[in-house]
Amino acid sequence: MSELHTKTLTELAGLLQDGTVTVTEAVEACLSRIEATEPSVRALITVTADEARTQAAAMDAQGPDPAKPLWGVPVVLKDLLTTRGTRTTCASKILENFVPFYDATSVTRLREAGAVVIGKANMDEFAMGSSTENSAFFQTGNPWDVERVPGGSSGGSGASVAAGQCFAALGTDTGGSIRLPASFCGIVGLKPTYGRVSRYGLIAYGSSLDQIGPMTRSVEDAARVLQVIAGHDPRDSTSVDVPVPDYLSGLGRESLDGVTIGLPREYWGEGLDPEVEAACRAAVAKAEALGATTVPVSLSLTDYAIATYYIIAMAEASSNLSRFDGVRFGHRSEGAEELIDMYTASRTEGFGDEVQRRIIMGTYVLSSGYYDAYYNKAAKVRRLLRQDFDTALTQCDLIAGPVCPTTAFKAGAKADPLQMYLMDIFTISLNLAGLPGMSLPVGLGSDSGMPVGLQLMGRPFEEATMLSVAACLECNLDPMPQPAL
Amino acid sequence: MKISPEEVAKVARLSRLDLPQEKLELFAGQLGDILGHMDKLGELDTDSVEPMYSPVEHTTVLRLDVARKEFSRDEILGNAPRQDGQFFIVPRIV
Repeated sequence: MSELHTKTLTELAGLLQDGTVTVTEAVEACLSRIEATEPSVRALITVTADEARTQAAAMDAQGPDPAKPLWGVPVVLKDLLTTRGTRTTCASKILENFVPFYDATSVTRLREAGAVVIGKANMDEFAMGSSTENSAFFQTGNPWDVERVPGGSSGGSGASVAAGQCFAALGTDTGGSIRLPASFCGIVGLKPTYGRVSRYGLIAYGSSLDQIGPMTRSVEDAARVLQVIAGHDPRDSTSVDVPVPDYLSGLGRESLDGVTIGLPREYWGEGLDPEVEAACRAAVAKAEALGATTVPVSLSLTDYAIATYYIIAMAEASSNLSRFDGVRFGHRSEGAEELIDMYTASRTEGFGDEVQRRIIMGTYVLSSGYYDAYYNKAAKVRRLLRQDFDTALTQCDLIAGPVCPTTAFKAGAKADPLQMYLMDIFTISLNLAGLPGMSLPVGLGSDSGMPVGLQLMGRPFEEATMLSVAACLECNLDPMPQPAL
Repeated sequence: MKISPEEVAKVARLSRLDLPQEKLELFAGQLGDILGHMDKLGELDTDSVEPMYSPVEHTTVLRLDVARKEFSRDEILGNAPRQDGQFFIVPRIV
């Protein structure tokens, strides 16, 4: 089984359950793939080889457990999900040596389902970025062309899945941080509805925006992972107590008869790279050929989304990151004689430029005199943005558009922060509205040869509809090629 | 929107950050650009709109007032840069 790493999670889970493949074989296949691809891709901050091997041996001794849907499946976690006994860095110097004493709930649920954690993935520091270039440790390469970025902020998770290092990864999405790297790396990435997945143990960036979700090589894989991690958790008061449907039962539909897909004119117009537009339009045409009806819809406030998002995200970041003070965990500067000086020196040494920029911006927009003009104004526009989506979603079952105006760009190409923020134009509205969305790979750009993702967006808690439509499309589009690593 | 390096320094101080002059100047330019983009929101009339602070609204979640002890003191102190087995140790405060 030398090509085990090219299989999907769904295929591997079946092979593990029927005993064709042992957990040790699955783990070793991933560790070999990591060894072969890490020198160029650099997706992982920590590889938990010893723990994974020990766990695999113990599981093999017990034999397959049909009650555990991910029994023996190697997975990777974005390095801002806490893992008991394993370093969790947020790709920041300030947490370089932080070893949590508890697992995030999403991690607990993966482990209970039988998954084996094999590594912690690189990311933009504290999830602040769209390219993974803001990691304090190293730059991750896109497996399709390592000179290009994997997207961000869950770039390590996306690159790891695309490179075949694991069978699924968890990412987090505050403004597109699952969907963008999924699009750039040619994999499936799903951001669930705000409140669908517990965030206990997620080191927070923007608390009213963050959501954890799966990144995988197929739609069915994403459904299987979401099935495991979704659900209410008393430890996260924003997790919503609504029943988790069976995400697998809706898969396998043969047509899209009766499905109405809304195409927002603001997402399909100016500024879109022709190769992205062509690939996305071809996928929409395929959906129509399969029986879907398309209708024009309007998300008229799209132009205001970036300003709204960055005010809210930075405000929340400045508040969330005040906990890093060098007292209870994280880096402490040596030599400061007084407490306040110690706080200041620890934070100045520990945070990278983008994090500092966002903390300062966030503090500014929250300061008295500017609070109403910026933060409160943005919170009002946020409600209008949500109403825009609600209206559009009365006219259709799903909204479709590109994930990003371009395919993956070269590392270093977007040195100016505002220019980088503008890449998020099609993803951030969804986080402000709290709705579910996903990126489905729909082919390669005709100029760049890099993957293009189609974004599907749905009504709250209707991930099942999105997954069933995406699975039907995936099955009828030309199969995505694999990166030639 | 213009923002001066002195203003950046003031907000940085409030944020417990101490930035060198060259970074203050760099950030001043960048933050001015970002704020300029944010000022776009002024075009929208929002007088009669209620702010939306979170997609999950009206959630004051209650639970039984029962003490729980899930973690040991050693675990909680384990990541502290300085501690004495009982307390977090910090430099003098006054």
